[in-house]
Amino acid sequence: MSNATASSTTDPGTDTTNVADRDKARRWREGGSEPLLRVRDLRVTFQRQGAEPFEAVQGVSFDVHPGQTVGLVGESGCGKSVTSLAIMGLLPERGNKVSGTVDYEGTNLLELSDQQMRDKRGKDIAMVFQDPLSSLNPVIPIGLQVTEVLERHRGMSRKAATPVARELLDRVGIPDPDRRLRDYPHQLSGGMRQRALIAIALACQPRLLIADEPTTALDVTIQAQILALLKELVEETGTALVMITHDLGVVAGLCDEVNVLYGGRIVERGDRHDLFAQPRHPYTNGLLASIPRMDAPRGQRLVPIPGSVSDNLPWTSACAFAPRCSQPIEVCTQKMPELEEHHQRALRCFNPVEVSR
Amino acid sequence: MLRFIVRRLVQMVGVLVVLSLLLFLWLRSLPGGTVSAILGERATPQSRAAMEAQFGLDQPIWVQYGKFVGRVLQGDFGPSTSVLPGTDALTIFFQRLPATIELSFFAMLIAIALGIPLGYFAARRRASLLDNASVIFSLVGIAIPVFFLAFLLKYVFAIKLGWLPVSGRQSGDVDATRVTGFFVIDGLITREFDASWDALKHLVLPSIALASIPFAVIFRITRASVLDVLDEDYIRTAESKGLTNRVIRGRHILRNAMLPVTTTIGLQIGALLAGAVLTERVFSFGGLGEALALSFERRDYPVLQVLILAAAAIYVLVNLLVDIMYAVIDPRVRTR
Ligand SMILES: Nc1ncnc2c1ncn2[C@@H]1O[C@H](COP(=O)(O)OP(=O)(O)OP(=O)(O)O)[C@@H](O)[C@H]1O
Ligand SMILES: [Mg+2]
Repeated sequence: MSNATASSTTDPGTDTTNVADRDKARRWREGGSEPLLRVRDLRVTFQRQGAEPFEAVQGVSFDVHPGQTVGLVGESGCGKSVTSLAIMGLLPERGNKVSGTVDYEGTNLLELSDQQMRDKRGKDIAMVFQDPLSSLNPVIPIGLQVTEVLERHRGMSRKAATPVARELLDRVGIPDPDRRLRDYPHQLSGGMRQRALIAIALACQPRLLIADEPTTALDVTIQAQILALLKELVEETGTALVMITHDLGVVAGLCDEVNVLYGGRIVERGDRHDLFAQPRHPYTNGLLASIPRMDAPRGQRLVPIPGSVSDNLPWTSACAFAPRCSQPIEVCTQKMPELEEHHQRALRCFNPVEVSR
Repeated sequence: MLRFIVRRLVQMVGVLVVLSLLLFLWLRSLPGGTVSAILGERATPQSRAAMEAQFGLDQPIWVQYGKFVGRVLQGDFGPSTSVLPGTDALTIFFQRLPATIELSFFAMLIAIALGIPLGYFAARRRASLLDNASVIFSLVGIAIPVFFLAFLLKYVFAIKLGWLPVSGRQSGDVDATRVTGFFVIDGLITREFDASWDALKHLVLPSIALASIPFAVIFRITRASVLDVLDEDYIRTAESKGLTNRVIRGRHILRNAMLPVTTTIGLQIGALLAGAVLTERVFSFGGLGEALALSFERRDYPVLQVLILAAAAIYVLVNLLVDIMYAVIDPRVRTR
């Protein structure tokens, strides 16, 4: 890894907001700061011809403070990607309805015009996607894919942007960056491609980065490297990070706060340490029991959550998770539990897991 | 890149060898053979034998093929028998080549300049009025026989409305100096701009008729290809970078979508001669297509041979160009 001081000296005047964010991040940890991103009652409904409208996200609310790392965790299909795409304004133009508010520094992104949103994307809010090969344009060199975002948002010329791009590739740990600038995506390894995508996302030093399962498509050893890199970069630059994953193991090493999603709704939220030490929702508990742990006694079996998402009940009249729950009670199938907040925790459950100790 | 081109050129020679063999066998298998074609069915055995000896037809077949190739390589196809009796077949070919190139050029220009933008916008506004209308338009373009379309255009715009010339490449009252044989270019070189303008007017209707099929095919492939590319993850990445519409369109969508379109354009150029046969007939355009039709009707084998070999060579050459274009656009091809 190259050192950060070198890059910030060659690139003057751009780090100021993020230095401020770093301070804010500290303040946030001590309690109290305006959220950078404030999502309220976000709903996304897909209308498909000849089919019932499908509400993929059903009223999701959460905050991201400057410099904070927030996890969105849940099984496949629970609405993680749709949530992130709705925030970015990247859902397909037609066939869906988005409601609620997504306030970024006090501006509701959902009300911005296409042009205004284009000015924000890549500059204030950036995104890293799951599959690094298919997410990079196969027919243009890596260098241009980095410089084009600098040209767009920093008003730099291609020539002026090239050394910055080189610096960025170096900073995300791509060896021989001069050569890699000229290379095409297929000439890079999977890990390097994801590093390149991260370099692209961080090129304009956004205050918010959304990473949608950035390591799922990679080998296990590479996964760990990419996570370490992300962690290092957000700490170094003070960028707030929304980490989307189905893997609680990823969350454990990275996130300050964790939102657990089930069937398009948040079922539990809490500080990472609290949540891991004391999961209250049976779903969170099940997820935790199903991650392999190094410190677990030998021979202890992993317990997967029984059933699948297709067993879900509709949230409107029940707890969607009830059919798969380890401890359902009668009311679980009769009405929807509300998300109740207390002491920095939020929980949507009629019969939470007992607090041990 | 150079090795790539050399490899393709070697392949091209292979293709031409196979083709010349097929052509040779085809000529040998003509009903009654060359001799009857020339002497007629009722020639005496003596005169047949004399003629066979004269043409070397009494020698082993591989010797005949060797001689055939030798003559072809020297450009010696013999004189035309009926299209323009006595004139060297190759000379006829070169006289008529510019007309067909000019016509094909404008036809492809129309097909590409209309097909690609329309295909792009139809895909971007999928299921819109523009999309539906242009899909129907392209279906008509494919379904309508070129011959009929050419007649229709000629009847309406030349005969009835009198807006454009009925036939030929140049009006009789225009006295133009010939330099290259490309009439539009000749006028520009000699500064006889009215001659260029007149030649252009003669090109409009035949070009439209000839463009109908390539346009329809290029439009449909572009549309399908853009639809595919729009679904790709890298387009979402480009959008997530906040790039302008213009950059996303040119650099990210079209550049990728052009890969299959390039192949299609190549194939369409290769197939253009078939359309030119019909179009040139209707407009008496005096190009290779017309020569092909005439030489076939009148059994002018020397001229036929030249035209068939040339058509094949052009086809192979265009495909080579397509492959090079492909490598230019797609680095994955280049670096393999
Ligand atoms: N464009 C779309 N049209 C219709 N339905 C969609 C569309 N995109 C997503 N969905 C549906 O919305 C639901 C949530 O999808 P989403 O991609 O957010 O899941 P996810 O939590 O990201 O899962 P994964 O871990 O598999 O990425 C799924 O049931 C999916 O089928
Ligand atoms: Mg997803």
